[in-house]
Parts: sequence; C-alpha cells; structure tokens
Amino acid sequence: MTTKTAAPAHTYRDLNRLMSLMTGDEKHGPAATSTLDALWVLYDQVLRVTPDTVKAPDRDRFLLSKGHGPMAYYAVLAAHGFLDEELLPGFGGYESPLGHHPDRMLVPGAEIGSGSLGHGLPLAVGSVLGLRAQGLTRPRVWVLIGDAELDEGSNHEAIAYAGPAGLEQLHTLVIDNASATFGWPGGIASRFEAAGWSAETVDGHDHEALYAAYTAPHPGQPRAVVARVSPKN
Amino acid sequence: MDTMRDRFITTASRLLDDDPRLAVVLAEISRDGFDRAERAHPDRVINVGIREQLLVGAGAGLALTGMRPIMHTFAPFLVERPFEQVKLDFGHQGVSGVLVSAGGSYDWPAGGVTHMAPGDVALMDTLDGWTVQVPGHPDEAEALLRQAAVGEDKIYLRLSLQQNERARALGAGFTPVREGSNGAVIAVGPMLDNVLAATDGLDVTVLYATTVRPFDAGGLRRAVGGRETADVVIVEPYLAGTSTGAANDALVDLPHRVLGLGVGKAELRRYGQMDEHLAAHGLDPHGLRERITGFLGG
Repeated sequence: MTTKTAAPAHTYRDLNRLMSLMTGDEKHGPAATSTLDALWVLYDQVLRVTPDTVKAPDRDRFLLSKGHGPMAYYAVLAAHGFLDEELLPGFGGYESPLGHHPDRMLVPGAEIGSGSLGHGLPLAVGSVLGLRAQGLTRPRVWVLIGDAELDEGSNHEAIAYAGPAGLEQLHTLVIDNASATFGWPGGIASRFEAAGWSAETVDGHDHEALYAAYTAPHPGQPRAVVARVSPKN
Repeated sequence: MDTMRDRFITTASRLLDDDPRLAVVLAEISRDGFDRAERAHPDRVINVGIREQLLVGAGAGLALTGMRPIMHTFAPFLVERPFEQVKLDFGHQGVSGVLVSAGGSYDWPAGGVTHMAPGDVALMDTLDGWTVQVPGHPDEAEALLRQAAVGEDKIYLRLSLQQNERARALGAGFTPVREGSNGAVIAVGPMLDNVLAATDGLDVTVLYATTVRPFDAGGLRRAVGGRETADVVIVEPYLAGTSTGAANDALVDLPHRVLGLGVGKAELRRYGQMDEHLAAHGLDPHGLRERITGFLGG
C-alpha cells in the first residue's frame, strides 16, 4: 500500500518496532499479536482506503469490534500513514488519542469506537445497509471480532439477519485464539454457514492463505473468515 | 381519530418518499403498517426481525454512512432492552438518529408490565445530548417527527395511545395554557387534558410541555414570575419525579418546592384498562386534583 505522505512506506517488518513504541517491550506475546497478520494483510492488500480517503463515501470500511489489545491495530494504522507514529509512545495516556480501546472520535482512520463486546457486527450490518441504500454497492465493510466476543448475543442477531438479507458487502473476520471458555463445538465457521454466509477457516498467520480467503468471491452472501492463531492460554 | 402510532406510520412513509437520507428500521412491530413504504423503498424500510440490539446497532451503522435512521418498536424494547446500544452506538460513536417508541407506560395494561416502560425517559436522562419529546396528540407527533427527520439531533419521540382532545401549537419550549398566581403545573404531553380538568377553577398557571429534554428552564422561570418563592407541580406520563431534578435546577436561584407526579415505581401486577391504571397511579383528574390542591394548599 502506498501513502501520499513523503515518509517512506512501512513494511511488515516495522510492525514490531511500532508496537514496541506502545508497549516498551521488544517482544510481544500471542495475545498482543493475535490480530497482527490478519490486520496487516487486510490493510496492505485488500482494503480500498488510504489516509486521503478516510471520509470518502465509497471507501472500504474496517470496524475493529474486538477493541481489546489494540496495539497491533494502531501499529498497522501508523504503518499505513493513518496516524502519526509519534503518537504511539503516549498510548493510554491522558493526553493521547490512543486508548486501550479505540475511540473513532479520536483516532484518525478508526471507523468505530469499541471496547464493549458485540457492537461492531450490528454496526457493520447497518453500514452495509446504509451504503446499499445510497447505491454504493462497491465498498466493502469488514468487521473484526474475537472468538470469545462471539459469545455476545448481539453478534448472533446480526449473523442470523445478514445471511438471509444477502449482505454481500459484509465481511466478518473472526480471530480465533481459542479464548471462548465454552468453545464452539462444530466450529465457528459452521455458525455462519448455517445462517447463509460463505465461510472459510485459515491459518491466521499465513499471509497467502489470509489473502486468498479475504478475496474469494461470495456472490449474494456475506463472508466470514475465521483466522486461527495461537491459543491465548 | 387515528393514534399517534398510526400517524407516525403514515408520516414516516411520506417522508421516505421525499428524503433519500431517511431510513426506517423495524423489529417486526408496526411492520404491516409500513408495507407500502417497504415495497416503494426496499432499501430504506428495514425489518431486522425480533432483534432489538440489531435494531439499534444497525440504525447507528446507517448513521455512520450518513443516513438518518428512524428506529421504532415498543418502548421497553427500544430503550430498555438495547440501552447499551443507544448509549454507545449513538452517543459514543458520535452519530445521531431518531428513536420512536409506542406503548408508553400503560397503553396495553392487559399485556402486563413486560410491555410497559415508565422508566424510559429517566433512563434517557442518564445520557448526554438526547432531545426527548412526548407529544399529546397525533398532529403534534406528526409535527415533531417532521422536524426530527430533517434535523441532526439525537431524538427520542415517545408516542402513546393516551392523547388529548385537541392538538396544541408547538412552540420552542413550554407553552402557557392557563395563567394563575398560586403555583405552576407543568403537564407533559398526553397528561394535559387530565391536568386541565384537575385544575379547573384553581388559580394556577398550566404549562404544556412536549419537548421535555432539553428542559425549558427559562419557560418555567418566566411562568413563576417575579415572586419570591415558587411552587411547581410536574405531571408526567412516565416515572414520577423524572423531571423534578430539572425543575430544581431551573429554579436554583429561587426558594421553591417541586411536586413530581407520574407513574409509580411499584409494579401493580394488574391488567385491565388504561383508565384503571391512570387512576391507580393517581393520574386521573380526581387523583391529580387531590394531590395538587394538597400541595398548593388551594
């Protein structure tokens, strides 16, 4: 992805350094990096949005619903020029726009504020409906949720509606680090498929597999990509 | 006469024809009424099924793309059940929309407490920036909805079956309906007719309020005039005392007393008719007169 700024484009290798600016650590465990590869591939190769188009009506939208542990998200936003990397060291501070849960009113490029689980998918459904009502059928809406976040009933209201409603512009990325206490017998993807979604499960650290899953056609159906990563515990 | 809910459906359907920014989001309730509008505007009349978290969340998602969502169902399922969606998906996300409820506090007493929401306005009071409107007549509901549709504010429009005999012209704030010198009675929305009957022959000012948030502090101060003390009664068709704090704030510079009348908190566990519930809560003309005169010493 290219940015319009004069600064050199960042690469995947820069993400660890950018995260270190927030965490103070050089190494990051599985919890902090569970979303990193999935986010990188999405922003680097799939989403049609740049720092110059964050207000454009026909941009693609990415909604981070699982707002916990947003360092990887902020690092990816900084790497792509949405926010200034000089903001990263202030992470969580009173004067910083970068909280431990993102706030769309403060973070350039953030489509929603999150933190309370289970809000992003219904917001994404509404975003697709709003785009469709305005004849904007090209933009895609992506929402990232966690496997434990899927416990929240509001997600199931959205999943059960979006399939039959045929919301093709809607995409859910489930980061599965096996953190849901009761698990998902039969698999997470099956929950989406039963509701009429197109769904696929991939290795959440395999960039090629992620890209292929993100870009597979799914005519007339919303799409779910379950990205399996190292278990949280 | 049509009900406020009927008028909401016909008015919103017409507004959809004229304003491409508007969308109506439903959770089955009133869906039949929007049948024609749904056929005319399949992308802007959206029924999400019996899913109220999605009703409000999807409405906010529409707003994120620049649409003006009108979300509608019965009051307990619009404000109370998905309250966190109202709080976060609108307030925290910094977007706006119009919530239109039906059912109020006792529209369907035979349905029991599950379909009553006397606490809705008090709950909305915990949030910042919501305009709360309680019309007393279908014409007023229509006028308020038309204003809400073209605005940018966050609006909660509370409709009920209880209504006044005739519509009033809606001003910017509280409207004086009767002038007197021994205290002021604020009648909110559909309580006006009962308040007028209850205060018949009493030397009191009666103010009519449809927009209760923001609270018309200036209007109340003007109504109590240049006196050294003020006695104020507020009669609301929802939880008693909901606006007592707002009236206190309005009169902070003046020694005053405020009596807040409305629906009681205790669950009656009664079915029956609306009139029986009004009487049980002391909101019929007789009950109101007794408490108003007791308070004012009239």
